[in-house]
Amino acid sequence: MQFTDAMHLLVIGLAQGSGYALVALGFVFIYRATEIVNFAHGELMMLGAFAVLTFAELWGLGFWLGAAMGILSLGVFGYALDALVMRRVIGESQSSIFILTVALGVMLKALAGMIWGYTPLVLNVPFQGTVDIGGMVIATNRIAVIIGTVLICIALYLFLGRTRLGLAMQAASQNQLAAYYSRVPVKRLISVIWAIGAMVAATAGVLMAPVTQVSPEITAIGIKALAGAVVGGFGSIPGALLGCLLIGVAEPFLDYTYPPLQGVYAYAIMLVVLLVRPEGLIPQTFRKKV
Amino acid sequence: MRTLFKTSYGFDIDHLVDPGERIRVGLLIAGALALPLVLSGYALSEMAMFLCYALAGLGLMVLTGFSGQVSFGHAAFLGLGAYAQVWFLQRGVPFLVALVLAGLIAGVMGAAVGRAASKMHGFYLAIATLAFAILVETVIGAAVPLTGGHMGVSVPPITLFGYEVQGGWQTYYLYLAVLLFFVWGVANLKRAPTGRAMVAVRDSETSAQSLGVNIARTKITAFFASAFITGVAGGLMAHQLYYLSPETFGLGESLKLLLMIVVGGLGTISGAIIGAVFVTFLPNAIEILRMVLPSGIAHQVGLEPFLFGAIIAGFIIFEPDGLYGRWRKFRLFLETYPYYKRATFTRQKRYLKTGRFR
Repeated sequence: MQFTDAMHLLVIGLAQGSGYALVALGFVFIYRATEIVNFAHGELMMLGAFAVLTFAELWGLGFWLGAAMGILSLGVFGYALDALVMRRVIGESQSSIFILTVALGVMLKALAGMIWGYTPLVLNVPFQGTVDIGGMVIATNRIAVIIGTVLICIALYLFLGRTRLGLAMQAASQNQLAAYYSRVPVKRLISVIWAIGAMVAATAGVLMAPVTQVSPEITAIGIKALAGAVVGGFGSIPGALLGCLLIGVAEPFLDYTYPPLQGVYAYAIMLVVLLVRPEGLIPQTFRKKV
Repeated sequence: MRTLFKTSYGFDIDHLVDPGERIRVGLLIAGALALPLVLSGYALSEMAMFLCYALAGLGLMVLTGFSGQVSFGHAAFLGLGAYAQVWFLQRGVPFLVALVLAGLIAGVMGAAVGRAASKMHGFYLAIATLAFAILVETVIGAAVPLTGGHMGVSVPPITLFGYEVQGGWQTYYLYLAVLLFFVWGVANLKRAPTGRAMVAVRDSETSAQSLGVNIARTKITAFFASAFITGVAGGLMAHQLYYLSPETFGLGESLKLLLMIVVGGLGTISGAIIGAVFVTFLPNAIEILRMVLPSGIAHQVGLEPFLFGAIIAGFIIFEPDGLYGRWRKFRLFLETYPYYKRATFTRQKRYLKTGRFR
């Protein structure tokens, strides 16, 4: 493998990892606030991509308007999902909640297959073509994923640290009861957190759409994002982002080295990390002694 | 509610204390034994498949129902068991030995996955099993010399002590014997210290640990037992499938196993059996549903997974105790009429924020 090839794979990996990271951002966000691991986040991403596709291509609204409407409608969907379904099972055993989110994911995937079919669809985006960076030809859409991820991370960071709503969310995720006492509307806030998580997932879906095309199969990205988040340490957002980037970068190189196991290296890496260092690369939460 | 007076020490260790329960289980076993008199051919092989699913469900029940850990990839252990069984049989290992070895291989792999995630929060295990299942499916497909890859591999017939077990009632009785053996074993496990430790870990890790239960070891034991039973079920299932390919043991199959235990009722042995009955008759029900639905929806590929998901979600939201729990409520209603009160079955809710570990 030559140096330029390696650099090329690196950029592809970074783009892929950024996509995973965006999805992971959504469910780590939800996990920190509600202790619910949303196994259906990849499905929310897929739904977002399909929604944008419907608005932009099928209704002919154009990309930017379509993307805005698609992402917003996913926000509404996320809010409704919490308000109508997830809120009912608060306090049930954890295992039931995991099974519930997986079941919801399966339903969403099947529903998308029924509505939009299983053939991959193409979403036309304005960031197509290639750029030449120092003799390396790179597809613009991959750069767009990386830039988009960085922008969203900055935006979320500012939102959480600088706005009233963001601070209230941090309070709710640290201690719900204390947040209640301080007149934070925790129930509604958690629904808003779900809405934001779904919107971030939808954005990931749009950004990844030119790379992966749009089909129910892209939900696999959700599982890889889960794997990435586990590698980095689930409790912390920076850890999850780092883990996803790591998995994204490692994947193309390993695929290149031994192709028969293409596509499952993310899971292999995760299992190895779990065996060697179960708390993830950046442990954030500590085990309480009884 | 009926009061049971304990008149001997046997009451404390008996599996079935309630006389009504004894009669029901006895009738069920008698019915199962008499089934080949009524059914034949295809229906009987369907029943053998049902027994395999019941056994696999029992395996998952040990993990998810007793110790409260979720596995989203249990079909992988089914697959490991099936392939191991075929591999050993091809090399001339006797049937029963091969079955035990198949179970052991699945069990050891399960213990390894359990070991990876045992120190962490439950969802690590859930994700690990999901990843493991995808990995196993791909590896089985890629390891052509060992498994025949995607071309598949044909399953040799069963030979028991030099006597060939041919289809129909012989297979059925063999499978029934294996299932009853494991039901008895799991019932024993549930009343033994190991099983009680599992239930304690499920209900509260804090309390379990303060009572001296080694949480990590209990989880690994639960995973080993669960994967072992499921592996044996896979070994049996191989003979009913006649032909193995990696796609048979995909995520859809894992979902089916989850559906079984959720619908049947988490945490009970009866739940696994009831769930298996449900799953066996579900395809027929879906066929009927397809006739009723408008053709645009009826012929969609996604209809079946959608219904699977919807049934699981519906049960978890509206009846987390499953069909067996519904039956217990109904029985108590009859026994205590008119003093039945719903609050008897209200489960204690657990808000994790207060008892948060990690």
